[in-house]
Amino acid sequence: MSQIAPTTRLIALLALLLAVVSALWVWQGLPDNGRAFILNLRLTKLVGLITVGAAVAVSTVLFQTVAANRVLTPSIMGFDALYMLMQTVLVIVLGTTAYVTLPASGKFLTEVGVLCALAILLFGTLLGKGARDIGRTILTGVILGILFRSADSFLGQLLDPDTFATVQSTQIASFNTIDADLLPWAVGISLAAIALAIRLGPQLDVLALGRNTAVPLGLRHSALVIGALALVGVLVSVSTALVGPVTFFGLIVAGLTHGLAGTARHRILLPVAALIAATILVAGQFLFERALGLGGTLAVVIEFAGGLFFIHLLLKGRVR
Amino acid sequence: MIQIRNVDFQIHGNPILHDISTSIPKGQLTALIGPNGAGKSTLLKLIARLEKLQSGSVRIDGLDLSATPTEKLALVMAVLSQHTHVSSRLRLCELVGFGRWPHHHGRPSAHDRAEITRALELFDLTALADRFLDEVSGGQAQRAFLAMTFAQATDWLLLDEPLNNLDMAHARALMRHLAGLVRDQGKSITVVVHEINYAAAWADHVIAMKDGRILAEGPPADVLTEPLLSRLYDVPVAVGTHQGRPLILHHV
Repeated sequence: MSQIAPTTRLIALLALLLAVVSALWVWQGLPDNGRAFILNLRLTKLVGLITVGAAVAVSTVLFQTVAANRVLTPSIMGFDALYMLMQTVLVIVLGTTAYVTLPASGKFLTEVGVLCALAILLFGTLLGKGARDIGRTILTGVILGILFRSADSFLGQLLDPDTFATVQSTQIASFNTIDADLLPWAVGISLAAIALAIRLGPQLDVLALGRNTAVPLGLRHSALVIGALALVGVLVSVSTALVGPVTFFGLIVAGLTHGLAGTARHRILLPVAALIAATILVAGQFLFERALGLGGTLAVVIEFAGGLFFIHLLLKGRVR
Repeated sequence: MIQIRNVDFQIHGNPILHDISTSIPKGQLTALIGPNGAGKSTLLKLIARLEKLQSGSVRIDGLDLSATPTEKLALVMAVLSQHTHVSSRLRLCELVGFGRWPHHHGRPSAHDRAEITRALELFDLTALADRFLDEVSGGQAQRAFLAMTFAQATDWLLLDEPLNNLDMAHARALMRHLAGLVRDQGKSITVVVHEINYAAAWADHVIAMKDGRILAEGPPADVLTEPLLSRLYDVPVAVGTHQGRPLILHHV
């Protein structure tokens, strides 16, 4: 196959880039005293950033394949809003004290499970028949997203200020408060989900042909749609639980991936997307923390730089 | 042989097919004809398992459609739908390559690659193999989908309006090729066609549908007659003969 060489080179190049950015992140401006402490802090954050990046990227590419659409992302369809709504409801039902004292891992695993089930229930019915009507799918998704966000903020307004502060702490995207207890779970779960997604690669390639072509080729279409949506649910839960709603940059990552990879094979697309997202997050956080001195927000840094690069690719005609 | 028994089909309470029972003969080129909304595509979709059977049964070479694993059916029957929407950006050779997927499930062998090359040649696409699907004309894209269906190398081919977007020369070449596959390789091919003269010139068997029912079926000479076609399409139609086959004058 003639296209293996360039894609392998692309993956190697991206991995190298990620390694350089990571090294810069870990060792740049390391002070002499308290080295071990700061090193530990930085490494924790690095692992968190890479995990979140990979989770967001893979979930977005998966979702776009299922939805047969390059505009929709889990974020637009309200996946992360659904996760936050779930947290708010949990606080209201259990009360602040019980919520805070819940065992982190058990709570996290339950939340992942519940989001998966909801994702399959809501979006499975919408996309199971193969997204026949793209317009309707987009409309429904956007409305659901707004519904979840509004319900979440409505419930937030009903809370007393103390409880609201508890809720809010889980809902603001922040890489400065990565939960070290959750990290091993998050890394394990996202690695498993991403490995499974890459394993499903050839089937996802067929899924992308559209239902009318995929079903006669013998693809178990509905089963794969449900499986892919479950993986999206898992990955969105992981990233949202770790750092809050950061799925905003999935769109840019997916666009860049399709532009750079030059292939439609998911075995290539998924790793490329994960590497691009991880690199963007680490580099963005580096700029944000060390160069901008925590001024502005990471979202601005990422979307500004990512957007510029995307326009560059568009003008060069590599993205369509 | 494809045996269709007592198939009814409704969409939101509107009946589309009424108690269809028929069989599509093996080793022949069958044309499915009829006016818009007659239920031709629906019947084809039910056989292709793109729609779920609501009642009745379909058997393909003895395999019950609802009891046979879909992977196995993909080795028996290839389908080209009327509406194909591909969201990923593919080169023509990649698209045609998916026709081999039922045989290798992600691990193509040298034989699969040879079959892809052959299908590309057969449909006059070798020069366009590295072009993207959105960089070729509608007719060329249609030929790529047809080549994909052929690469699947199944006994049965179901093609829903394969002549869509094809120019005169390619349409004739396709029908000639289909007839050749039936004659030389014993394939069984079912096509939905709107240009009835293609059915008259190439088909061995014609099934005429109207309002969700089968109006007539049989050899072209028996079905493509003046009274029957006039009734089928609700317009007066003149039928002559050309080289021993019916020639339908419906455009004047």
